[in-house]
Amino acid sequence: MRTLERTIVRDAATISLAAAMVGVSFGVVAAGKGIPFDKIQVMSLTVFAGGSQFVLVGGVGSGLAAAVVAGLVLNTRHIAFGLSLAPVLDGPLWRRALSGQLVIDESTVYALAQPEPRLARQGFYAVGVMLFVAWQVGTAVGALAGEAIDYRAYGVDAAFPAGLVAMLGPQLQTRSAKMAAVLGAGIAVAATPVLPRGAPILVAVVGGLVAFAFDTTDESA
Amino acid sequence: MSWAAILVLAVGTYAMKAVGPVLLGRRVVPARVQRFFLLLAVALLSALIALSTLADGDRLSFDLPLVAGVSAAGIAVWRKAPFVVAVLLAAVVAAGLRL
Repeated sequence: MRTLERTIVRDAATISLAAAMVGVSFGVVAAGKGIPFDKIQVMSLTVFAGGSQFVLVGGVGSGLAAAVVAGLVLNTRHIAFGLSLAPVLDGPLWRRALSGQLVIDESTVYALAQPEPRLARQGFYAVGVMLFVAWQVGTAVGALAGEAIDYRAYGVDAAFPAGLVAMLGPQLQTRSAKMAAVLGAGIAVAATPVLPRGAPILVAVVGGLVAFAFDTTDESA
Repeated sequence: MSWAAILVLAVGTYAMKAVGPVLLGRRVVPARVQRFFLLLAVALLSALIALSTLADGDRLSFDLPLVAGVSAAGIAVWRKAPFVVAVLLAAVVAAGLRL
């Protein structure tokens, strides 16, 4: 790899710092559910997709199988990310296989925002690797501190959805994307009081399907 | 929490993350297919934001500091603020309203 752009390193560090905060909140929430430290940390190492980790932990004591399914459906978005990134992530099979684990919201959105492939590749690996480390450290701190931290007092529970908002914002350029976002959120909220836990995320998929049916974006866009 | 649940989520998630880079190489997927998956991604992300802000388990809840914090992040993102600013702003607003 050629010299790493300084701005990319700085951006990756700040993104990772924010992710570490979210990692702390994940560790605290998971420990609060009575999950042992080893399971919490292995989850962060192997799943490495924050949203689905929160969903899985939320299913403890009230339908774990449904939470696994909901987490998997939530992560179908990584298929989209991997497909968009594939032209940038070339190299031998072993490297592409390792890169797969680093395909997350932050690394994808940051890489795709870069003006040229060389910077996209640098951005992907800088954010992916630094955020992976930050997520592990954050998880460990949160899981060890557990209920000793009143994380709500520090507003850390707002950090996770805020990070997702920052991921979603740049994707809302087209009419159909805005439609998908409004329908997805609306359906999920409307379904919450009526459907069992985990199901609202599943039915939110309908919002994406409807938006695709009405999608008139130029093929070349 | 069972190890099996973690394993299934981990393996399934990795498969979805890696399918593009591992199988495609440098080939490019048709734009229509990419748009399909991206619109699903947008709907799912948006649903997750709504649920993490407005739901507590399987019931709706309205926690003003949380909603205000996430809304502040939304405004910051709309005004093109950097990622970390949006996240810190959300935490500061939520924490401030809980003092």
